[in-house]
Amino acid sequence: MTEINYSAEPLLHVEGLKQHFRISRNYTTKAVDGISFDIWEGETYGLVGESGSGKSTTGRSLIRLYQPTAGKIIFDGHDISGKLSADNEKFLRQNMQMIFQDPMACLNPRKKVGEIIAQGLDIHHLYSSREERNEKVYAILDKVGLSKEHATRYPQQFSGGQRQRIGIARALIMHPKLVIADEAISALDVSIQAQVVNLMRDLQDEMGITYLFIAHDLSMVKYISDRIGVMHLGYIVETGTTDEIFTNPVHPYTRSLLSAIPHPNPIVEKLRTPITYDKEKEGVDYSKGVLHKLTDTHSVLATEDEYHKWISGSHSY
Amino acid sequence: MSEKRDKNDRVLSIRDLNISFQTANGKVNAIRGVRMDLFRGETIAIVGESGSGKSVTVKTIMGILAGNGQIESGRIDYTFTNEKGERETVDMTKLSQKEIRYRFNGKHIAMVFQDPMTSLDPTMTIGKQITEGMLLHEKISHEEAKKRALHLLEEVGIENPEKRFRQYPHQLSGGMRQRVVIAIALACNPDILICDEPTTALDVTIQARILEVIKKLQKEHDISVIYITHDLGVVAKVADYVDVMYAGRIIEKGNINEVFYDPRHPYTWGLLASMPDTDTDSKRLFAIPGTPPDLLEEIVGDAFAPRNPYALAIDYKAEPPMFNVGGQHRVASWLCDPRAPKVELPEQLKERLASMKLESERALKAQKEAEA
Repeated sequence: MTEINYSAEPLLHVEGLKQHFRISRNYTTKAVDGISFDIWEGETYGLVGESGSGKSTTGRSLIRLYQPTAGKIIFDGHDISGKLSADNEKFLRQNMQMIFQDPMACLNPRKKVGEIIAQGLDIHHLYSSREERNEKVYAILDKVGLSKEHATRYPQQFSGGQRQRIGIARALIMHPKLVIADEAISALDVSIQAQVVNLMRDLQDEMGITYLFIAHDLSMVKYISDRIGVMHLGYIVETGTTDEIFTNPVHPYTRSLLSAIPHPNPIVEKLRTPITYDKEKEGVDYSKGVLHKLTDTHSVLATEDEYHKWISGSHSY
Repeated sequence: MSEKRDKNDRVLSIRDLNISFQTANGKVNAIRGVRMDLFRGETIAIVGESGSGKSVTVKTIMGILAGNGQIESGRIDYTFTNEKGERETVDMTKLSQKEIRYRFNGKHIAMVFQDPMTSLDPTMTIGKQITEGMLLHEKISHEEAKKRALHLLEEVGIENPEKRFRQYPHQLSGGMRQRVVIAIALACNPDILICDEPTTALDVTIQARILEVIKKLQKEHDISVIYITHDLGVVAKVADYVDVMYAGRIIEKGNINEVFYDPRHPYTWGLLASMPDTDTDSKRLFAIPGTPPDLLEEIVGDAFAPRNPYALAIDYKAEPPMFNVGGQHRVASWLCDPRAPKVELPEQLKERLASMKLESERALKAQKEAEA
C-alpha cells in the first residue's frame, strides 16, 4: 500500500455536518446531527453503524445528492457546502464518484454498458474524438476485469459481481480523487465479495484513489480500511485507526458492535455471548458529549463522566 | 450434539431429490440428487451461494415450489405425531400443494423468511396475524388464542405485548418485525422451523439477538431447525450439522466441527478462506475465481471443476460420489478418493485453521476455569 501523508492537508474535511429531513410541520428526522471527520489522500476511511445510523445519508450529503442542513465540507481546497458555484460544482462532479449498493438497480437497463460507463465523459466533454472515448471505455473495462466485447451488452446480461464491476468502472473512468462506496459489496455472494474487494484494493494501489467505504459488515471494513468511524443515531461515537478501534474500543456501542460479529469458529462462537448496549438504559445523550482524544487519531464522543467511566471500565473481551 | 442419532427421532429424510424448472431458456436442473436427514431438536445449516439450490430444497419441503418447478424424482419423508397421537410418515412429494398447506404448513412445519418487511401483511394487526394460524388449525376460542399470542410475544422478547398486539407491522422496527415473524411461525407448536436467511436484512447487533431468541425457543420447544444462510459466522453460532451446497448438489456435509476445522472440499476451502476474519492482516483476500455454473446446461463431471485450482482430469469427466472420510463427514470430491494425489491446503487457510483451533482450545479452557 502507498504511504499516506497525515501531516498534509486532508483531502476531505467535514466539520459539523448536519442533515435533517423535515417530515411534517412538527417532526424532523435528524439523520446526521453534527459530525466531523477528515479523510487523507490515498487512504480508506470506513464508516460503520447499524441501519438508521446515518452512514449512507452522510455519503449522499457529501456528494451533494442532498442539501446539507448545516456544516462545512472542504474537498481538496474547494468549499462544497452551501450553495455550489459553477466551478465548485464542476470540480465536485468530476472528482467525487459513488459506487452504489444494489448492482441490479443502479444501472440503466435500457443503455448499453459502454454508454453507461462513458456517461461522465460525455457530460464533461472529456475526449476529442469518438476513438478516444472508446479507448478510454475499453481501458477501464480491462482494468476492472471485463473485456472490450462487454461494452455492447446490456446490464441484465451480467451477473451480480460483474455488474458491480461495471459500477466501479463507471466511477473510475473520471479518475476521481474520492470514491464513496455505499455498501458496495453487501448485495454480493461471499465468494464474489472477496473478488470485488480485491479489485477495489488493487485499483487503489494503482490509481491512488481515496475511498469512503460505508458498510455494516465490520469484518470487511476492518480488512479494507485504514481508519474507521463508528456511527450511531446520527453521531460518530468513536473514530480511530482500524487497530485502535478493534483492539481498544472505548465506546460501549462500538464494543457491542464488535462483539456482535459472529466468528466462523464453531466452538468459540457457541461459548460466547455478545455484549448488548442500550442507549436509554445507560443514559447516554450523544448531543451532550464532546470528542475526547485518547491518542492523536483515536477519539470518542462522551461527556466528562462517561469518558472516565468507559476508560476505567474493564473490557470484557 | 449426540454422536449416534436414534432412527426413531428422525423427523425428515430427503432421498435423491431432483428438481427442475421449466424456463423460457430451457430446463434448469436446480436440485441434483440431494440427500439430507433431520433429527429432533437439532439444527442443520445449509450453506451456499445464490442459485445453489438451498432455498429450492426447503421450499419443496414446505410445498411452496414455484409454478414452473417440477419434482423429477426422490422422496421427502416426514415423520410426525398425527391427530390420533400415532407416529406417521408421509412422503411430501406425493401430496398436493393444497394438502400440504392445510395439513402441515404452520402446524407441523413453519418457515421464517428473509425479509420481515415483505413477509408480514401490512393491513393486519400483529395480533391477528399471530392468531390466524391457531384459529385455522386448532379448535380454540379467540380469547384462548389471544392469551397464547401474548405469551408468544413475550417469549420472543417483545416488551409490552398488549400494546404490540394491536399495532400494525409498519409501527415496529425491523428487528421487532422479525421477532413477530418468529412468533407467528411458532404459533402452532411446529416440529420443524425453517429459517431462510432470517437475519440477512438485519444489522449485526440485532442479528445476534434474533439468533439467541431462535436458539432459546428451539431448546424450550424441542424443535428441529433448518437454517439457510451464506454467512459462515451465523452457521458457526447456531448449527450442529452443516450441508454445503454448490450448483444443486450437497458437496460436503458433516457435523459442524468436522466441516469447519477439517474442511475437505476445495469449494469449502474457498468459502472459509474468502471470509475476512476480524483477525486477518493479510494483504489480499482469498477469492474463488470465476462464477457459479449455468444450470441450463448439462453439467459433466464436477460442477466446481472450472473454478477449482486443484481439479483433476477426472473432475471434467465424471461426477464424484460421496466419499466417507470418517465420522459423519461426507465429501463429494475426487480428491478424497484413495487414488487421488495428496493436495496441500492453501497457505492462508492452513494458518486460519491453525489459529481457529488455538482459539477454540483457549475458549474451552476459559470455559472450564469459569465453571471451576
